[in-house]
Amino acid sequence: MQPGVGAAVPFRLLPELSVRTRRFWTAGGEGRLELLRCLRCSTYVHPPAPRCPHDQATELAWSPVSGRATVATFTVNHQAWMPGPALPYVVAIVEIAEQPSVRLTTNVVGCAPEDVRIGMPVRVVFEHHTDADGDVWLPLFEPDPEAAA
Amino acid sequence: MTDRFERDACITGIGQSDVGRRLHRDPLALTLDACLGAIADAGLTPADVDGLSTYPGLAMGMPAGFTGAGATDVHDALRLRLAWYDSGLETSGQLGSVVKACMAVACGLANHVLCFRSVWEGSAQGRQGRAGIGAGVPKASGTMQWTLPFSAASAAVWIAMFAQRHFHEYGTTREQLAWIALSGRRHAALNPKAIYRDPMTLDDYLNARPIATPFGLYDCDVPCDGATAVIVSRRERAADLRRSPLQVEAVGTALRGRPSWDQFDDLTTMANRDAAAHLWSRTDLRPADVDVAEIYDGFSFLALSWLEALGFCEVGEGGAFIDGGARIALDGELPLNTHGGQLSAGRLHGYGFLHEACVQLWGEGGARQVPGDPRVAVAAAGGGNTCGCLLLSRA
Repeated sequence: MQPGVGAAVPFRLLPELSVRTRRFWTAGGEGRLELLRCLRCSTYVHPPAPRCPHDQATELAWSPVSGRATVATFTVNHQAWMPGPALPYVVAIVEIAEQPSVRLTTNVVGCAPEDVRIGMPVRVVFEHHTDADGDVWLPLFEPDPEAAA
Repeated sequence: MTDRFERDACITGIGQSDVGRRLHRDPLALTLDACLGAIADAGLTPADVDGLSTYPGLAMGMPAGFTGAGATDVHDALRLRLAWYDSGLETSGQLGSVVKACMAVACGLANHVLCFRSVWEGSAQGRQGRAGIGAGVPKASGTMQWTLPFSAASAAVWIAMFAQRHFHEYGTTREQLAWIALSGRRHAALNPKAIYRDPMTLDDYLNARPIATPFGLYDCDVPCDGATAVIVSRRERAADLRRSPLQVEAVGTALRGRPSWDQFDDLTTMANRDAAAHLWSRTDLRPADVDVAEIYDGFSFLALSWLEALGFCEVGEGGAFIDGGARIALDGELPLNTHGGQLSAGRLHGYGFLHEACVQLWGEGGARQVPGDPRVAVAAAGGGNTCGCLLLSRA
């Protein structure tokens, strides 16, 4: 399905795939969320960078994470800033389970906007966009049914 | 505190163009109105100006109307003969450009620096409404790639999330936050240049259409056309000018957390935490000494957050501090945004607050003048990941 055609995949302003960020935006094609990780101190580094900000090491590798996260904060957006998902939609900042200091700005999908809460457990779900410059899998998040109640 | 560079920097003149929702005038013409106004206000001529500083200058990829003139435009239009000039977006908020001017005069690079900020977002947006950041670019890149693909295309969305976190942690309510907008509107009624001057009630505020929860329409400032300028002079060159110079007591420029909208360590404070703490580390004055506060309200929550950061109340107590509006009224213990702020007087983008701080210290506020001969004012601008502030005093 083409982005913007049909209800399932909304128009998105897609990220430019650079040497530094391509893996982040395409790992979803293999069903995984991956983050850059320092091989020396094990810190996840986000946004991706050429050196670990803690020990300046250049030995970094893309590492899969569980895709589990917690909603740190969110907003229910009612304003059409540009073409995008049907209004209203939820924009959230989530903290990833493996290292909460790594946050992702994302959308919470798969539930009513009024059901989103700070502290809510969520899990990654990818939105696939075909594009002439290379396909992109945007990491969105949905309520995590397997999280402990 | 004798070795701080601020001792050698004064504000000696201010100027402002016409301000309106959509003026449909050449933005450089508005800019020159403000600049020539400030030069004359200081008792100078363009030939006396040997420094030039602006925010952001000619910036690529910004929303339509974000900058009405670059440093080069003003430099050439006034045929300035400059010893020092500077512009740029990557500084301590909009007032970072004024801090740089203070440094330039203090270190002897210039005697009189013309500082300006010019916007024409009202006319540039036309009937299309407030455009999203990045609208029209083919791909999201740089820092914007972490927000734009998720349709988070406005600072309204990003800052709404900080507000939501503050509400969650401290129990702050919409009914409390409303007082930033309601108090500003009361003051705007007394400001002939303000854009929105009609009375606003709590019901008006609460019933406005939602933008991004917890923000409704009246939590968001109004894009406008207008330019503002100030003259920063070297102290030893300020004594013989037209006005009694305003001393720059201290500046706050620090950003110790990550320079990021979503990776900053504390989602309820953001960069104003560091800039405000830095300001108080550079002066013997204390928050209780401040007579008037002109504080950025591009979105209502930013003003609440700045009040906490500047120590006028504890972090988390901002909602209770402004509730009911009495404390921040013209005759309150901390008059706030006496011209109406950007919410009601227009998005002059930071410089409007500095201009109004000077107006109040010079006692020229007219119907909105704060009583009691105010002598110390704080001007603070920016939000999210970039903030800066100045403390001014009159001898």
